[in-house]
Amino acid sequence: MSALLEVRGVTRRFAGLVANDDVSFSVNEGEIVSVIGPNGAGKSTLFGCITGFLRPDRGRVLFGGRDITGLGADRICRLGVARTFQIVQVIADMTVLENVMTGAFLRHRGRREAGIHAMGVLEATGLAERRNQAGSALTIADKKRLEVAMALATDPRLLMLDESMAGLTPVELREIIELLRAVRKRGVTLVIVEHVMEAVMQLSDRVVVLNSGRKIVEGAPGEVVKDPAVIQAYLGERYRA
Amino acid sequence: MVRAAAAAAAVAAVLAFPALFGSPFPLHVAIMTLIYATLGVAWNIMGGYAGMFSFGTAAFFGIGAYTSTWLLTAHGVSPWLGLLAGGIVAALTAAAIGWPCSNLRGHYFAIASIAFAEIVRTHFNNWKLVGAAEGLMIPITPGGLRVFQWNQSKEGYYYVALVLLALALLACWAIARSRMGFYFRAIKESHELAMTLGISFVRWRLAAIMIAAFIAAASGTLYAQYVLYIDPESVLVLPISVQVVLVTMLGGAGSLPGPVIGAAVLVPLSEITRAQLGARGTGVDMILYGALITLISVYQPKGVHGFLAARLARRPAEPRAAAALEKPA
Repeated sequence: MSALLEVRGVTRRFAGLVANDDVSFSVNEGEIVSVIGPNGAGKSTLFGCITGFLRPDRGRVLFGGRDITGLGADRICRLGVARTFQIVQVIADMTVLENVMTGAFLRHRGRREAGIHAMGVLEATGLAERRNQAGSALTIADKKRLEVAMALATDPRLLMLDESMAGLTPVELREIIELLRAVRKRGVTLVIVEHVMEAVMQLSDRVVVLNSGRKIVEGAPGEVVKDPAVIQAYLGERYRA
Repeated sequence: MVRAAAAAAAVAAVLAFPALFGSPFPLHVAIMTLIYATLGVAWNIMGGYAGMFSFGTAAFFGIGAYTSTWLLTAHGVSPWLGLLAGGIVAALTAAAIGWPCSNLRGHYFAIASIAFAEIVRTHFNNWKLVGAAEGLMIPITPGGLRVFQWNQSKEGYYYVALVLLALALLACWAIARSRMGFYFRAIKESHELAMTLGISFVRWRLAAIMIAAFIAAASGTLYAQYVLYIDPESVLVLPISVQVVLVTMLGGAGSLPGPVIGAAVLVPLSEITRAQLGARGTGVDMILYGALITLISVYQPKGVHGFLAARLARRPAEPRAAAALEKPA
């Protein structure tokens, strides 16, 4: 079986700083893969290179066997890669339903069809009751949920989440972990860039660890946290057994 | 019930206006109000919905006026066909200028739109084919609907202006509830977010610019037929563009009736203050006008429509707002 997402030797520099240095990994259909690393490790740059917001200087990104390196973010979305933002983005003066419809219009041209599709996504993400609230009136946790719903409304094969769990209460965190498990059950593959280790440990099938722009370790979450290189680079003295 | 009755009364009043106020000045003010309302609707589609702040409406207004007038005076083409031709020329011009500008955002787009409009004005000022700075004169005919000209009374222009506004509003309404309207609002919120939802903002921004240009140009043809004489100073200058922005912002950008409300407040105000006070050359009319604009923008940044909507919605909205507040953040 070929990988759904394949990152091959991606390098990206910013004015002399190498933010990503020859990073390679792949994600299989149906997997949840987390990308972790300390601040400045190059996670967001890698995220940008995959989703079309940044162009890698070297290396290739393949999605479903197709080369998507350097394509525009909107084209990459149409091919089936959705994403959320580190700083949550919803359309403030639209209702929750309208926000999700905006995503649904990608594959449902008519207003009615888009509305029906959007309602289905709202049911699945637990936002149906809030459908008539303004996007701006939601709590941060619900905005993040809405962002996931908008992304899902574009019918992606791969959903990329950029630090979706930062700043949530333990209850909200548990809810969003539940939501992401449900998303995976729908057949959507997930790549998660995350700081919140609790979520990473619970959700991930595999973890890719970046440090100073390089991939240092890749493996099951239980193995990765025991890896001396990871402990030294990221988890710190506290986690040494 | 009350709203439906109010709407019916408003429509009746608008239709009967020429019969009630047959004298030239009120009718002139009404026609200018309708023209600016239509220009406001055009601007609203790209500025209010899609978030592209343009100060270049006059360029498309002028291109419409010039296209139909030149076709009429040089080739005897009916102004009705000229109206369509002007709309198409304006939309194509908008596409040609919008394409290289499609990556400009916020202030930069606004600056580029001013530059573009001034280039167009300068060009027409020196373009011999269309009379350069002397402009073009439309010959007087016996008049009638077929030739798009009325010389006995302004009524004909009033109704054409009304139909044009109605069509523009219909287009705006249809756009707002369709995929295009949703995409415009997404682009206005954030380019990044729009792209993430698979929206090609270059393509949809071009669509918004072209639609706005077409409507503005149609108004330009109407204006040319109304005044029968155009020159760059009367149809291509920056104050026209600014007035269009003001009409929309004051009425309520991003709402369907906003530009109509704004035009109904501002245009009579500016026409009347100018007629009453402008001739003395003291600038009192402009001072009054400026003071009102400042007041509305300070106290009602969502425009008159936002103010009215808030008043109408206050009662039913309260419980919902309270419920939203109860949920812990």
